[in-house]
Amino acid sequence: MRKKNKLTLLQKRGLTGILFVLPWVVGFILFYVRSLIMTGQFAFNELTIDAVNGGYQLTPVGWENFRYAFQVHGSFKQILTSSVGNMLIDVPLIIFFSLFMAMLLNKKFPGRAVVRAIFFLPVILNSGAITEAMELSEQMMAGGISSQAAEVTATVGSTMALDIDYLISMFMNLGIPASLLDYIVAAVDRINDIIAASGIQIVIFIAALQSIPGSMYEVAKIEGATGYETFWKVTFPMVMPHIITNVVYTIVDSFTESEVVTLAYEVAFDQFNYGLSSVFSLVSTIITCIILVLIVGAIQKRTFYYN
Amino acid sequence: MQKTVSIKDIIAKLKATFQDEDQTKHLLNNVKKFCLVIVKAAILIGVGYVILSPVIGMIVNSISSNKDAYNPMVFVLPENPTLEKYALVLERLDYFPTIARDLLYTITLTGLQLLICSMVGYGFARFDFPGKKILFACVVVMIVIPAHTIMLPLYMTFKSFDPFGLVTMLKGTPGLMGTVVPMYLMTLLGCGVRSGIYIYIFNQFFRGLPKEIEEAALVDGAGVWYTYFRIMLMNAMPSVITVTVFSIVWQFNDTFYAKLFLISEEVVISKRISGLQALIANQDKILDVTIQELYLHAGVILIILPVIIIYCVLQKYFIEGVERSGIVG
Repeated sequence: MRKKNKLTLLQKRGLTGILFVLPWVVGFILFYVRSLIMTGQFAFNELTIDAVNGGYQLTPVGWENFRYAFQVHGSFKQILTSSVGNMLIDVPLIIFFSLFMAMLLNKKFPGRAVVRAIFFLPVILNSGAITEAMELSEQMMAGGISSQAAEVTATVGSTMALDIDYLISMFMNLGIPASLLDYIVAAVDRINDIIAASGIQIVIFIAALQSIPGSMYEVAKIEGATGYETFWKVTFPMVMPHIITNVVYTIVDSFTESEVVTLAYEVAFDQFNYGLSSVFSLVSTIITCIILVLIVGAIQKRTFYYN
Repeated sequence: MQKTVSIKDIIAKLKATFQDEDQTKHLLNNVKKFCLVIVKAAILIGVGYVILSPVIGMIVNSISSNKDAYNPMVFVLPENPTLEKYALVLERLDYFPTIARDLLYTITLTGLQLLICSMVGYGFARFDFPGKKILFACVVVMIVIPAHTIMLPLYMTFKSFDPFGLVTMLKGTPGLMGTVVPMYLMTLLGCGVRSGIYIYIFNQFFRGLPKEIEEAALVDGAGVWYTYFRIMLMNAMPSVITVTVFSIVWQFNDTFYAKLFLISEEVVISKRISGLQALIANQDKILDVTIQELYLHAGVILIILPVIIIYCVLQKYFIEGVERSGIVG
């Protein structure tokens, strides 16, 4: 009792603070720290489930699971590279698209509330189960041959008045580099995905744009800056910190919905190869983290912090 | 006769304008502005269409009859609108009991998320204690680490979850697979569906609130908990609404944890949708894939309906809430 009385006010407040945070700390240690260690363990061991007692046994196998994943497993490498590739295409597109849309939506115009509500709809409709069911149904429509929803829509699209192939060959003849053209075609091809994935990013950018003090624009106007200059000299630097937030969010989000996760899930719960599944999870997580660190580091160098 | 006069008038006016430099500039500016407005409107309407068209398509499909599905003349407006698809799907999905259970599950979890995450956010925002910076870095780590990295250990843990034999005593068998308990446990300990983001949002918002409010409360004799529940939480309404919407939507749409913990489809209705088409094919002998798809679309509409209603109700507060809450940092 006497000891407790000796605490200063600051220490008391510190204790209360710990009390507030405590449930999360316990959860974090129980579910995250412990699980991460266990995932690491599983990756280096062969795991056999003890059906009678409900426990499991670990037999160390060293790097065997990693070797299997990279040298023997049929589809892991392709899926991993295509997931990373898709992500690298998507991230800049999503960021620029959402910044652009946020700037449009930030201005006052009649019916703004309705338009904003519509733009957030994809976040609501983005349910894994529904997408899965729809894809299944598309497959059945196509007689089980085509596995990609995009292929079905592509055949529908060919009846359009605009001949895409003609346009592409025209740009090729103009001497535009093929890789750039591929990127643009891929971008146009996935406009649906990009719009669907940028709901939250748009909201974050709108909030960011609103936090820019209006006096900055006034100064720019008085100094005679054009709209283009205002964007690059005022708007862009001011939203730069939020670009980092959005990049992190987009990368994490696109990875949690990528096919690597599906693969890891299938390997674990359909084929009961827990070690291999852990390797998949671990490798993809490490790659995500490396990409995150690289990109965020690169942006952070050029970021200007107002405060 | 009148028409020609008016055109002549306009031409005369234009000539006058072009002779005066200032007026020319003014006119050109107006034309430029008008073009910009048109371009902006076109972009907004176009993107809005891309977002809305699948929803409209699904609604149309779900109310069209079998005949309409094969009638090439039918576009957007079905000739014989019918609700029979909904009637059958309602029955096959066991809709009302399931959705009631699902909403109960989602809303209680959302309540827990709000309570726990706001508490943790407040703790990080307002109190100083040793190791605070490292712990907050852990929150960021939690946001960044994809949930699938820890899925296997979670599965293993809850499969044979039996502290002090308690579970065996209550349930008869050890392990919590197939029940909703793991989800509640994780949420209660601040590790539910995307809890990290909510903690971050609350933390940023509480940091932005003026300290004077709390000091006044303290001087007036309010305890820490009273201050937190009756004053801080009331002031944090924008972020509370933001988190409520996010949490309801993500919890309702979550299939990852529902699959992982084998939560029964009696509780999580979105698990039913993937089997709906097969169910309709087998039980009702509707073997035409095109027709099956109409039923599937009716099912999808029924499943997203509650979330859309909740979103429409909270929409107005929500977007303002996001702007004012600390999501931006």
